[in-house]
Amino acid sequence: MLSPGRARIPQKTLRSDRWWLLPTVTVIVLLSFVVYATWRAFEGAYYYASPYLSPLYSPCLATSCVPGSTDLGTPIGSWYVLSPALLILVFPLGFRMTCYYYRKAYYRSFWGSPPGCAVAEPHKKYTGETRFPLILQNSHRWFFIAGLIFNCILTFDVIIAFRNPEGQWGHMGLGTLVLLISATLLWFYSLSCHACKHIVGGRLKHFSRHPVRYRLWTLVSRLNSSHSMFAWLSLFGVAFADFYVRCLAADWFTDIRFF
Amino acid sequence: MTYDATFRVWRGDDEEGEFADYTVPVNEGEVVLDIIHRIQATQQPDLAVRWNCKAGKCGSCSAEVNGKPRLLCMTRMSTFLDTETITVTPLRTFPIIKDLVTDVSFNYEKARKVPSFTPPPGLEPGDYRMQQIDVERSQEFRKCIECFLCQNTCHVLRDHEENKPKFSGPRFLMRIAELDMHPLDTLDRKKAAQDEHGLGYCNITKCCTEVCPEHIKITDNALIPLKERVIDEKYDPLLALGRVFRKDKAKKG
Amino acid sequence: MTETQQDIERHQYDVVVIGAGGAGLRAAIEARSQGKRTAIICKSLFGKAHTVMAEGGMAAAMGNVNSHDNWQVHFRDTMRGGKFMNNWRMAELHAQESPARAWELESWGALFDRTPDGKISQRNFGGHEYPRLAHVGDRTGLEMIRTLQQEVVALQQADARDLGDYEAMIKVFPECTITQLLLDGPEDDRRIAGAFGYWRESGSFVLFEAPAVVISTGGIGKSFKVTSNSWEGTGDGLGLALRAGATLLNMEFVQFHPTGMVWPLSVKGILVTESVRGDGGVLKNSEGRRFMFDYIPDVFKAQYATTEEEGDRWYTDPENNRRPPELLPRDEVARAINSEVKAGRGSPHGGVFLDVASRLSAEVIRKKLPSMYHQFMELAGVDITKEAMEVGPTCHYVMGGIEVDPDNGATPAVPGLFSAGEAAGGMHGSNRLGGNSLSDLVVFGRRAGLGAAHYVTELDAEGSRPRVAEADIARAQQADLVPLETDAGENPYELHQDLQQTMNDLVGIIRNADELRRALERIAELKQRAKRISVTGGRRYNPGWHVALDLKNMLLVSESIARAALERQESRGGHTRDDFPKMDPKWRRVNLICSLAADGGISIRRQPLPQIPDRLLALFDRVELTKYLTAEELSHLPEENQQ
Repeated sequence: MLSPGRARIPQKTLRSDRWWLLPTVTVIVLLSFVVYATWRAFEGAYYYASPYLSPLYSPCLATSCVPGSTDLGTPIGSWYVLSPALLILVFPLGFRMTCYYYRKAYYRSFWGSPPGCAVAEPHKKYTGETRFPLILQNSHRWFFIAGLIFNCILTFDVIIAFRNPEGQWGHMGLGTLVLLISATLLWFYSLSCHACKHIVGGRLKHFSRHPVRYRLWTLVSRLNSSHSMFAWLSLFGVAFADFYVRCLAADWFTDIRFF
Repeated sequence: MTYDATFRVWRGDDEEGEFADYTVPVNEGEVVLDIIHRIQATQQPDLAVRWNCKAGKCGSCSAEVNGKPRLLCMTRMSTFLDTETITVTPLRTFPIIKDLVTDVSFNYEKARKVPSFTPPPGLEPGDYRMQQIDVERSQEFRKCIECFLCQNTCHVLRDHEENKPKFSGPRFLMRIAELDMHPLDTLDRKKAAQDEHGLGYCNITKCCTEVCPEHIKITDNALIPLKERVIDEKYDPLLALGRVFRKDKAKKG
Repeated sequence: MTETQQDIERHQYDVVVIGAGGAGLRAAIEARSQGKRTAIICKSLFGKAHTVMAEGGMAAAMGNVNSHDNWQVHFRDTMRGGKFMNNWRMAELHAQESPARAWELESWGALFDRTPDGKISQRNFGGHEYPRLAHVGDRTGLEMIRTLQQEVVALQQADARDLGDYEAMIKVFPECTITQLLLDGPEDDRRIAGAFGYWRESGSFVLFEAPAVVISTGGIGKSFKVTSNSWEGTGDGLGLALRAGATLLNMEFVQFHPTGMVWPLSVKGILVTESVRGDGGVLKNSEGRRFMFDYIPDVFKAQYATTEEEGDRWYTDPENNRRPPELLPRDEVARAINSEVKAGRGSPHGGVFLDVASRLSAEVIRKKLPSMYHQFMELAGVDITKEAMEVGPTCHYVMGGIEVDPDNGATPAVPGLFSAGEAAGGMHGSNRLGGNSLSDLVVFGRRAGLGAAHYVTELDAEGSRPRVAEADIARAQQADLVPLETDAGENPYELHQDLQQTMNDLVGIIRNADELRRALERIAELKQRAKRISVTGGRRYNPGWHVALDLKNMLLVSESIARAALERQESRGGHTRDDFPKMDPKWRRVNLICSLAADGGISIRRQPLPQIPDRLLALFDRVELTKYLTAEELSHLPEENQQ
């Protein structure tokens, strides 16, 4: 900040408002989620309560998966003994880590780069996303596509949740609703993504020559303006859905059945 | 509705400087620039401040009020408490000239580095045809009044003087996006955006958008789309393969 | 830190353009394109000139929206708007060339709003018969200045490529103020040799040696208290020209824009674009009445709606209905608002109501008038989609200006001196139509740049360039330093405020002989006080000093306006005398010419207005011409106008 030629103002910032509040809250909430998700991912248990599969464990691909949770098969086999969540979480994690919104959130709150607008950052050097590893942020679009596949799987989980614990169709419980909300929020989060906006139409030079893609782009742009909100809501949605399933699986309480 | 406000204004030049306190009357409906002018007219005739239209249209009176980059003419006094001390400082990213005036020539040098609009050869003035939906994206960026608040607040420049040669800042990356989205521009500007103008330095922390007095969505509508376009060109193996394939086909064809 | 004369920074150029608004930049681009080394000198930063404030659009008869439009119709509208006081040749060139200038901007990267078939969209505006204004939302001036700025950069990039230096052929000198034009030659044949000024940043002096100078310094609004002009509108170019021996034309014609903000006090005068009315906004008094219907003057009766119903139909069906009177030329609307307020039917803060909220949906308002929406929201806390705006007249534009040759912008009295844009007079007659200024800038900016380039070419063919005399540099330097060397004198800011108050109170929108005489007395006093101005602090970015130097020009300009206003004994366009309330065809034939007298005062003389040629008069019907021309002129009209 105090480079030669600039006004000699020693204060790192002269902001008098509570600029530190937002990054602090972000750190607390994100950390809480990370702690919870790590614990749950390594726990390797209480993730299935028929007919509900926790979104942190879906798809459950190892032979060690509890009975009923492996509707998509067990291609991984029996050699794998760790928690099955660890097999798949890299994709949603990667999607969120490379997300343009989350990048802003954690660069600011965890890395202090910058802690707030017009607040000096603590680092001497800065190279941004120009080199390894942060240049890998450019892979966001691939994680977006992976995210879409996961959304399909989680939607499948919602559909099969319209059963009763005995596997008969045409039933619904509070758990179904929880999964439905979680999956819906994930769809909104994915479809409002900047990479999505680019792919559906943003990369075009002439919208007028692609009327359908232009309409899609308009739609995605509208969603995109609430991308940060969907980012948070879908995160809470997933955590809550997992927590709900865990409660049922651990028999802390029983599911409320609607019909 | 008149009251006396306490102002702390940074006064100095490239050698030294300090805060000076002023008690100034404030009337209803005034903005910070009015108060600075009152200090000039009644207390410190040589207090330097750069201003021009006083209507938020020219982008001259950029400074920092209570640490926040603002246009002095668009900062209403009614947003402060009567008892609050209001601190006014010059832009901190650019060399100081005097008091609230800084040397913003960095920006004009960067502007020169962006190749100008390049229409297709042979297209005569008067024959341009463009659809409204095709010009709207670039039109948003052309709302820019070049106040350089985004350049001032961007931590890449603000906190790292050494990045200035490598990074053009949000204003000029947005200018590249504007031209890249112009329906009749023929240059490919993506590689230059990354390699010469330092788009990779941007970590999309959105302070440029937060301070933009024109409310241009710099990050969401210009910088991120530009990053995605650069990925198309530089970091997407599938698209690269597609390009090779198309070139091959074109050769054979 | 007075530098010795040898130390003064010196530059040699072919053409020096003073003022970097639309006209200046266009002139510079042209001069450079003609192969002349060109300097652009601007008082502010590059790209901040007052042109950015223009909102509505640029008038050019491209016929994109209504194919009936052509240059003849545009010419007719311009002459009507100016009450036939326009220099006919300028009005003709302007109408003919503005479409090409608009298209040229587009080829330099301007992004105007589009029609459905992809052409430049055009909007309605006061006084224009057809939708004619190329625009970008309500920030057309910004688009123009940025486009021209970027074209200058494009030329610099070409020079960097070809000559290895961005600034080889065209260079911008930002925050640099010219205080004196320098001349060479014998007393009766003085030509331009250069320009002298100072850098705002350091306060150090700078000399430009150049055989041609283009003055494009814009307007004079800062002499008035309530104005839409930015701080630069101090009439520098007019003052410089006068002191160099050039003449000013018809300075009494000052346009008061009918709709400026009236509240809060600190933004009083800031413009509310005419497009608010063009897009459906209406003016109402405190009784809720659309009072403009009571103020349609006889000369316009045929073109304007007489009922609210017809006026409202016009927005959707302009072919079969007449336009609402809110879209009368600016002088008419400004006077009407003034009368309503005087009659006690004004708004709480002394204006009238401009209502768009009850006529358009919030979404349409935000789309069509984005910067107005923000301006009111952020400066006044008023949501124009819900509430009416309060507006009143504000000093906006001076139709008068430096007397120039219509074809090349040359001043007749001073070879080498050219002028374009608001600083030049004649084009707009007694009243300017909205939208005609942006096109004026580029049409005549280009012509002045071309004129200057040709002049330099001819001069070089003769083989001798004028030289700056060292004694003149010393004199200019001393004159600029006086305020810094005076102790305990007048405060420049106070003096400025007193001048603004005087002009507002006594030379404002409605004038009379009594008040004008008082104004001249006060200006004489102010001139005496100005000699004793003292400024504290050093030369480095010292605004007090800058105001002190600008005041010289403001005082000259103010005196010119007051003298010309006293001289012209009629009411016409931007000059309204309540002691001579009628327009008088005899006065139409008179141009008032101001020049600097030996005693430092302004002297005034009458000069005949150039005759409009028959081929152009033939564009009007005789009935209309009888309103403007004298019986003698009418009797000479050719046959085709006689029916």
